Amino acid sequence: MKYTGAQILIEALIKEGADTIFGYPGGVLLPIFDVLYDAKINFILVRHEQGAAHAADGYSRSTNKVGVCMATSGPGATNLVTGIATAYMDSIPMVVITGQVPTTMIGNDAFQEADIIGITRPIVKHSYLLKNVADIARVVKEAFWIAKTGRPGPVLIDIPKDISTATMTNPKYPQSVDIRSYNPTCLGHPMQIKKAVSAIASSKKPVIYSGGGIMSSGAAEELQKFVDITGIPVTSTLLGLGGFPGTHPLFLGMLGMHGTKYANYAISNADLVIAVGSRFDDRVTGKVDEFAPAATVIHIDIDPSSISKNVLVHIPIVGDAKHILQQINKEAIPPKINDWTEQIEQWKKDYPLGYKKGGKLKPQFVIEKIYEVTGGNAIITTEVGQNQMWAAQYYKFEYPRSFLSSGGLGTMGYGFPAAIGAQVANPDMVVFDIAGDGSFQMNIQELATAIQYNLPVNVAILNNHNLGMVRQWQELFFNKRYSYTSMAVQPDFVKVAEAYGAEGIRVETEEEVVPALKSAIDSKKPVVLDFWVEEEENVFPMVPAGASLTQMLEGMA
Amino acid sequence: MRHTISVLVENRFGVLARVAGLFSGRGYNIDSLCVGETDDPTISRMTIVTNGDNRIIEQIEKQLNKLIDVIKVMDVTKEDHVERELVLIKVGADEAQRARVLEIVEIFRGKIIDVSPKTMTVEITGDEGKINGITEMLKPFGIKELVRTGKVAVVRGEK
Ligand SMILES: Cc1ncc(C[n+]2csc(CCOP(=O)(O)OP(=O)(O)O)c2C)c(N)n1
Repeated sequence: MKYTGAQILIEALIKEGADTIFGYPGGVLLPIFDVLYDAKINFILVRHEQGAAHAADGYSRSTNKVGVCMATSGPGATNLVTGIATAYMDSIPMVVITGQVPTTMIGNDAFQEADIIGITRPIVKHSYLLKNVADIARVVKEAFWIAKTGRPGPVLIDIPKDISTATMTNPKYPQSVDIRSYNPTCLGHPMQIKKAVSAIASSKKPVIYSGGGIMSSGAAEELQKFVDITGIPVTSTLLGLGGFPGTHPLFLGMLGMHGTKYANYAISNADLVIAVGSRFDDRVTGKVDEFAPAATVIHIDIDPSSISKNVLVHIPIVGDAKHILQQINKEAIPPKINDWTEQIEQWKKDYPLGYKKGGKLKPQFVIEKIYEVTGGNAIITTEVGQNQMWAAQYYKFEYPRSFLSSGGLGTMGYGFPAAIGAQVANPDMVVFDIAGDGSFQMNIQELATAIQYNLPVNVAILNNHNLGMVRQWQELFFNKRYSYTSMAVQPDFVKVAEAYGAEGIRVETEEEVVPALKSAIDSKKPVVLDFWVEEEENVFPMVPAGASLTQMLEGMA
Repeated sequence: MRHTISVLVENRFGVLARVAGLFSGRGYNIDSLCVGETDDPTISRMTIVTNGDNRIIEQIEKQLNKLIDVIKVMDVTKEDHVERELVLIKVGADEAQRARVLEIVEIFRGKIIDVSPKTMTVEITGDEGKINGITEMLKPFGIKELVRTGKVAVVRGEK
């Protein structure tokens, strides 16, 4: 029997376990959409292609499956770019399918032609331009394999229209992948494991610094066991939140620019830093030369190029965090660190996270209540800015994949479509996008998507009528010259929600917060909660860019 | 320091762009880059001459290895190896100067591959020292054009 390229493509996606595609149609995709019309795959029609990419990303982050998104050639494909870059920076497995003009027209500046392979080259793990219908099944198989193995990332498949319409008889779907040039390391080198075990046993002030790699490798259980054995305290990057229980007595919260004081003191005074699935990003290290100055550094990472890129590593262990922690757990000897853990307890008592009560509704208070009302049983996405940092500081993430946020790229507009993707993948979970009034407006159009597919996502706008994080920097470092950061002109978010067919609730006082949250959770509809919060609230502690982690600005005093 | 990095890649559309893009995107220098098929037509070899301190070179190797189409990366600078480059040099030389040019070319074991009333074109193969040497010697005649292939390198012995 004869099959078209479009049929083979969709069949191959289904064979790879894809159950959902987030996308948007266009001219060169017509043959593929014709197949989708009655294919056994869930298609979510977004309202902007950027939304499709972030939704696929949120779908992936919340499940560890490969997210799939699709857009047409030219503008459709370029609209995906921010979403692809977001996934790339945070190592999120995604397969991106773009339509392309027919092969005979490539390079001719044809209508809606864009060299999307070229445009996305630096922000994909790999990409393919399909030139032969016989390659489709193999390429799809490889794309999924590459996306989810090793250090995960987005893989783009560009499919010209004439390849979608070309036919072939009896296409073969390969059972396995064989890429001679791609063999990611999994197990840690036994010698390195031995060195790590001995460094751990003799350490006096060790700290675990865990990152998003805990999620990618599914290593949360192993990490917990490692802490059970060794009693070593844990601090986490933004993307690592949820990788270790936020309520655990040995958890120090996030480190870095907006980390807790005790996490930053701990890492700065440590004699051993055990980095697991984290990459010493500048938002984490502050001034690199003064990062953990006295520490021996063990770095467990799947990506050899992450090792000693920013910070010199003494004991690198390349491989999958889950396997390596298992290897270490088998041999680990608990160090004697009572003095150290007491010291950390003291720092926790002396420098707790906190904010000034009184006055207008405080954004931190809203986050605390979201945590209380959900009991940590929710998927929280964030936008970017103060909202993101407060969410990271004041919500206690208990489970892996319960916190979805754009860390590496810091993409405003990520949170809402990501929440949609997460809700599609987890229909029974409560999902909240913790948003800023600026960020939410970047993909607000996806309200229609949420309505169309009955996705009861909740958006909690911490509405400070400002581009708050930028305003904060202007206040602190630019003499309060508030250059274009006021969002005083903004829509009535309650009415916007209602116009789309969602619910909108405005909240201005503390008493209204919990009832509003409860009613949002109970509602079967998407709900936009418009929390009018203190406009000039700042995120503290704060390590100014380029300063050492011990130089934290504090707002309480 | 200068390093010569030898990279085996899949002989496929777009690979050169990925490698070149990696260097430009991350701010690494390329002094020369030379690509050609190997004995296996599905594999090409790129010889890249670059410079940087040890940390940069280590990153370059790791980043190259990360590209899916890259099969093998080797910093041949660290090994006992032979390097060669082919250069074509067109120098100004009239009848009176021809003999002197010829003499220099012979010393360096080059070849004259073209002659015109006012120019001679020299073909020379060698390592950097030799190429620099002959270039210096020919400069006084006036170099009209100099075309280099970029370096290729191979490790000595069985490795
Ligand atoms: C797409 C994009 N554009 C610009 C920025 C720079 N930026 C970082 S935070 C921020 C302000 C965010 O404002 P808002 O969404 O209202 O959140 P708030 O900080 O007030 O919580 C801006 C403009 C960004 N991160 N992403």
